[in-house]
Amino acid sequence: MTAPTPPRWLDGRPWFAALLALCVLVPFLVSDYHVFQLTQILVYAIAILGLNLLTGCSGQISLGNGAFYALGAYVSVILMVNVGVPYWLTPPIAAVVCFGAGYLFGRSVARLEGLYLALATFALAIVMPQFLKHDALATWTGGVQGIVLTKPSSPVPGVLNNDQWLYFYCFLIAVVVFVIAWNVMRGRTGRALVALRDQPIAAAAMGIDTPSYKARTFGVSAMYTGIAGSLGAFVAGFISPDSFTILLSIQFLVGGVVGGIVSIFGTLFGAAFIELVPDFANKFSDAAPWAIYGVLLIVCMMVMPWGMAGLVRSVRFRLAHLSTARTKI
Amino acid sequence: MQALLHQLLSGVAGGAIYASVALALVMIFKATHHVNFAQGELAMFSTYIAYSLITAGIPYWIAFVLTLMFSFVFGVAVQRLVIHWFRDRSALAAVIVFIGLLVIINSMAGFLFTYTQKGFPSPFAGQAWYGTTYLSPHEVGMIVVTLIVLAIVFLFFRFTRLGLAMRAAAENPQSSRLVGIRVSWMLALGWGMAGVLGAVAGMMAAPNIFLAPDMMSGVILYGFAAALLGGIDNPWGAPIGGFIVGIMENIAGAYLVGTQLKQALALAVIVAVLTFKPSGLFGRTVVVRV
Repeated sequence: MTAPTPPRWLDGRPWFAALLALCVLVPFLVSDYHVFQLTQILVYAIAILGLNLLTGCSGQISLGNGAFYALGAYVSVILMVNVGVPYWLTPPIAAVVCFGAGYLFGRSVARLEGLYLALATFALAIVMPQFLKHDALATWTGGVQGIVLTKPSSPVPGVLNNDQWLYFYCFLIAVVVFVIAWNVMRGRTGRALVALRDQPIAAAAMGIDTPSYKARTFGVSAMYTGIAGSLGAFVAGFISPDSFTILLSIQFLVGGVVGGIVSIFGTLFGAAFIELVPDFANKFSDAAPWAIYGVLLIVCMMVMPWGMAGLVRSVRFRLAHLSTARTKI
Repeated sequence: MQALLHQLLSGVAGGAIYASVALALVMIFKATHHVNFAQGELAMFSTYIAYSLITAGIPYWIAFVLTLMFSFVFGVAVQRLVIHWFRDRSALAAVIVFIGLLVIINSMAGFLFTYTQKGFPSPFAGQAWYGTTYLSPHEVGMIVVTLIVLAIVFLFFRFTRLGLAMRAAAENPQSSRLVGIRVSWMLALGWGMAGVLGAVAGMMAAPNIFLAPDMMSGVILYGFAAALLGGIDNPWGAPIGGFIVGIMENIAGAYLVGTQLKQALALAVIVAVLTFKPSGLFGRTVVVRV
């Protein structure tokens, strides 16, 4: 039986174009605070994408990606404040540093399987704030107080205000990293990663160099997360060790699971979720957002383990079946 | 020399806490091959229950026993209501569920008891006869209580029918089921006992580290390090690992890395054990047929 051809309105491309157009138009239509939130969503989406590539696509469970987010943020800010590098040049440098750090960490833990890797990365995330607070680094990191930085200003103040400018800067980077991730996952490397996740022994037997692939994926994941960290520092305008606790890593995990841990575009939904839920739930109690996160993690695992992206996919699939069934009659 | 001896002995006292936490982790790992990331939060919640009972005017030791009973029921309930449904799922699903539990319990504690730090009483008086120049009475009490609990756990598993059934259920679930052991309830009992061990650790640690929803993050880190060092599938190794990392923490904190990087030491132990000797000091090397 051949797969049913979906009706034209279910085809992804026009929707995708509409989404892009919407992303370009929206900053001119909403308030500055909402533009700020949208920028933060893009930043989270890049970070969650980094987690999904690692945990969803290659099956290496990481509870410590927040550590690389912190690294990216600190590299960027230290370069700006202490070396005087212009802000727009720092994300690529942070990307390189984080790739290196992630690759080395990935190389040393490449032998570990699921659970043990989760343990090691969990430990990494708990320890990271202590590293950043350490006296020996305090001249650069600002110790417990952290560093306040001036937000990047728009080069075309008449056309875009500062918030809008930062939004489009992050949007451009997000488009680049999403296109790369999309192409990588559909190509040879992506198939190798999925093979490693689902059938590690068969994958190794077919000549996939397991440790090297795992370490490189770790590097790429850290790189994406680091880029997000450095953009996140611009958006927040402030970094301190206590903004990068284990809870940040857990937040990425929540975003990944809710959006769909193996999905690339589900990350956008997940990012919107972790940005907007605290905004809404904090009205009730400080504990409320986390209670919602925790319950959703468990409920998602019970009823929709592939998250929102999985839900959308199955609805599309059913609609496609439905419409072909009708045309037959 | 005196300073070194002091560090060594208070390392043993701290190690007692890690020993209980590590044993709780190993018990759950052995039965289900899951690492309980929420173990620290379970312990923290039990400690808050103890705090509420004590501030309500109940004498310490009665509150202690009531808390242990609560922790047992709570552990069993968590296994029955949540973990049970994920028994056949992947490692990723299990880890996500444990993290979900961690977050829920943490926010529950924050909601019910607020996020501000609280002092926690010690039952061992400040000037008791068993305090020495090297160890405060509370540290002596910590060691003694932990040793008693470890002894009870050992006697339970070694000499009772229920203990034997639990060991059988963990070792070989299928055969156990065939001889009439209710395996999934044995797992629930294991969760209850892990809850009790965690509660003991929490109540013993709280006078030193203060009571707060995130109080256990450092302790659980050392608990992981201890469990891995002792061999994560070896119940004997866990307490030994606990005492070793407790001593290491104090000696290295005083002479090597300073107090600011104490937690980094736990990370170093975890990564080193996993990289060079994944089975730990006393664990079994697992050989898998391809």
